[in-house]
Amino acid sequence: MASSLRRCNLGLILSRFQSISGRSSNGGTRLRRLSTAMISEERVSPYSEGAGNKSINLFSAINQALHIALETDSRAYVFGEDVGFGGVFRCTTGLSDRFGKQRVFNTPLCEQGIVGFAVGLAAMGNRAIAEIQFADYIFPAFDQIVNEAAKFRYRSGNQFNCGGLTIRAPYGAVGHGGHYHSQSPEAFFCHVPGIKVVIPRSPQQAKGLLLSSIRDPNPVVFFEPKWLYRLAVEEVPENDYMLPLSEAEVIREGSDITLVGWGAQLSVMEQACVEAEKDGISCELIDLKTLIPWDKEKIESSVNKTGRLLVSHEAPITGGFGAEISASITERCFLRLEAPVARVCGLDTPFPLVFEPFYLPTKNKILDAIKSTVNY
Amino acid sequence: MAIWLSRSKKIAHLLKPKIAYFPQPKIAPSEFSYKIYENHVNSSSFGTLSGENIRSPHVFLDNSATMSALNRQWRRTESTRAGEQVETVPYSDDNYEDENQALDFPGGRVSFTHEMKFISEAADKRIPCYRVLSDDGYPIAGSRFEQVDKETAVKMYKSMVTLQIMDNIFYEAQRQGRISFYLTSTGEEAINIATAAALTSDDVILPQYREPGILLWRGFTLQEFANQCFGNSADYGKGKQMPIHYGSNKHNFFTISSPIATQLPQAAGVAYSLKMDKKEACVVAFTGDGGTSEGDFHAGLNFAAVMDAPVLFICRNNGWAISTPISEQFRSDGVVVKGQAYGIRSIRVDGNDALAVYNTIRAAREMVIHEQKPVLVEALSYRVGHHSTSDDSTKYRPVDEIEHWKTARNPLARFRKWVHKNGWWTDDEESELRGSIRKQLLNAIQVAEKMEKPVLAEMFSDVYDDLPSNLHEQEKSLRETIKRHRQDYPTDVPV
Repeated sequence: MASSLRRCNLGLILSRFQSISGRSSNGGTRLRRLSTAMISEERVSPYSEGAGNKSINLFSAINQALHIALETDSRAYVFGEDVGFGGVFRCTTGLSDRFGKQRVFNTPLCEQGIVGFAVGLAAMGNRAIAEIQFADYIFPAFDQIVNEAAKFRYRSGNQFNCGGLTIRAPYGAVGHGGHYHSQSPEAFFCHVPGIKVVIPRSPQQAKGLLLSSIRDPNPVVFFEPKWLYRLAVEEVPENDYMLPLSEAEVIREGSDITLVGWGAQLSVMEQACVEAEKDGISCELIDLKTLIPWDKEKIESSVNKTGRLLVSHEAPITGGFGAEISASITERCFLRLEAPVARVCGLDTPFPLVFEPFYLPTKNKILDAIKSTVNY
Repeated sequence: MAIWLSRSKKIAHLLKPKIAYFPQPKIAPSEFSYKIYENHVNSSSFGTLSGENIRSPHVFLDNSATMSALNRQWRRTESTRAGEQVETVPYSDDNYEDENQALDFPGGRVSFTHEMKFISEAADKRIPCYRVLSDDGYPIAGSRFEQVDKETAVKMYKSMVTLQIMDNIFYEAQRQGRISFYLTSTGEEAINIATAAALTSDDVILPQYREPGILLWRGFTLQEFANQCFGNSADYGKGKQMPIHYGSNKHNFFTISSPIATQLPQAAGVAYSLKMDKKEACVVAFTGDGGTSEGDFHAGLNFAAVMDAPVLFICRNNGWAISTPISEQFRSDGVVVKGQAYGIRSIRVDGNDALAVYNTIRAAREMVIHEQKPVLVEALSYRVGHHSTSDDSTKYRPVDEIEHWKTARNPLARFRKWVHKNGWWTDDEESELRGSIRKQLLNAIQVAEKMEKPVLAEMFSDVYDDLPSNLHEQEKSLRETIKRHRQDYPTDVPV
């Protein structure tokens, strides 16, 4: 199932990204700079050892986190389809050689089996780090996640739990993935009490959030922006560090409108913020990071400051997590809002291959929404 | 099919069972097979076979009735032709040639055959069912089994009786409206208790839901059963699940969940953990016949096999999945035959013969732990009760059938005869036991009923390890609503 993506090279991804985001030929480089620019020096410092920082891409950051997770806990296991040789996205490279085939291994091609197995393993006090090769293929495991993992603690009155479970899955657009290598299914999982849903935006975030997810005493679904696996490069501390879950982060301060997003979409939103600034609009950009349980307070206080909110995600707009944010913030900030909450999201079609540039919530769609909200 | 045959001279040789030994260094396979084909179509000895017959798929099945007749026809020509081949193609191990004899396929060599032989969809004979005791409670002549000592046998029998009475009384309690739901194990007492007796308390149970006898055997008290069914403050599940969804960490019995077969892939994961910890224990995972149709059954068996996980899968094939009979559940010879396709050793046992179940599980457990591999046990039984208190099974199955299994095939009656014959059990002990259990259960129900429900805060606990802000907020809001509308809420839940 992964063959098409495995064959694609970085150049293809870059060129597709540029065409979609409508940027010039140096777009790839600019994206890297943007990604790095999101993390200012003082944000790095709390978990940086200084000298140990190297520029790495997102899959390497995930790989580092997995090395650390296995190194620091002898009861940690990493497994999934094709994980043994390093994974179709190279996230598990070197793990099997280092930690042995008993702790890092391939599984049969069966998502419900992978998650079911992981639930059982986690229930015995292990850190079960399961990989679903693409978020598009997570649905056979939906029952195991929704009816089993999420309710394991609750239904037993805390006699049993599978808190050591982390399910990693690459999600989102990649330029040429079509229906089944592009979806963003996060909203399905945000409707399920008992699990956490985490999505990182950059290599540094990915490492710290993944380690937190693995060590969190609750089951976590961790979606990785596959478009950024190779594309996003930034300095990542080599040491073992964790970033807090359920804590949003203001990654760009502003006063006229609040923008909320997560994962790969943030870099598109960042570009819109930069463009808007040229028109004198000051945007505050917030990375939600954890979708459930989410940091409502941080969004609320930002919207109380700016009086406007825009939410953007790749997933279809109807029933997307943007709807939840919009409703919650409208409840809390109704009198402060100066315009309706704007949502710039994927359209309500299956993810379309050749129409991907039309489907996606691109920079200019966001820019238009920023302007119309500010000028409402 | 006809088109296919006419175009496929090269594979026509595959039509010829038991004729030629294929490898022939001097003759290219295509030429060779072509010759056979010519012989075949020109041979007068095939006069009785019409073209239709040859084209029929049955020709390729060595188990079908038609095939045996056809085989006789083939054999008539076999001697002459085989003689010819022996002359020109001397076959012996000495001139074995790898590339012609076998395919070096990933996962192991596969030998070639010149026969186009489909594996039959069913064996000639159904897999027999291992049994020790006759319906009269006598050990069947020649049956091999490990003797059960008096103490174990009596405990087994008492537990079976206790389970039966517990089912009767809780069932009645539901009928009286005192509990919301119940589900009996009636008819399957032997599988429950004999399995429990054959295990050790370190073995981890991943139940379906008709196995409360395991908990009973391990010391879960009648009061603890009642507390769960009444969802009171002493229920370990804190009143969050329907009756019969027992669970006990202390007894290595995972909490029951209603979805069917979800525990099977989990069993592989739990067992993998036991394996890594080098524990002298296994996982025992239950499912019913209906559960074998779920994708999780496939996932569980396949994962356990591939991971060499020490799981003892037990399928209680009781004939019915609510109203669906096994004839509408699968076309296979039950469940036992499914094991081999996964590379799992399997056995079929009479689930109403406590001694047979005990012996089977003892032996299977030994294999699972010491060979570190899964084993599948299919225990044939019958769901004598309705599926649950929400079901009336007389709507879809004959009362006579139920009655037959309830009486003639009753697992308690059979085991009692055996225990009685051994002089280990008397009628007086029987009536004393029944009276005592009944009394204990009625008392347990009264106590459970009077006990208050879990406090409201428990509704929000255990969703996560800690209460997130949204739940804090919702709890606060709910408490304010309760203050305003106390009459809307049950009074037996302390707020």
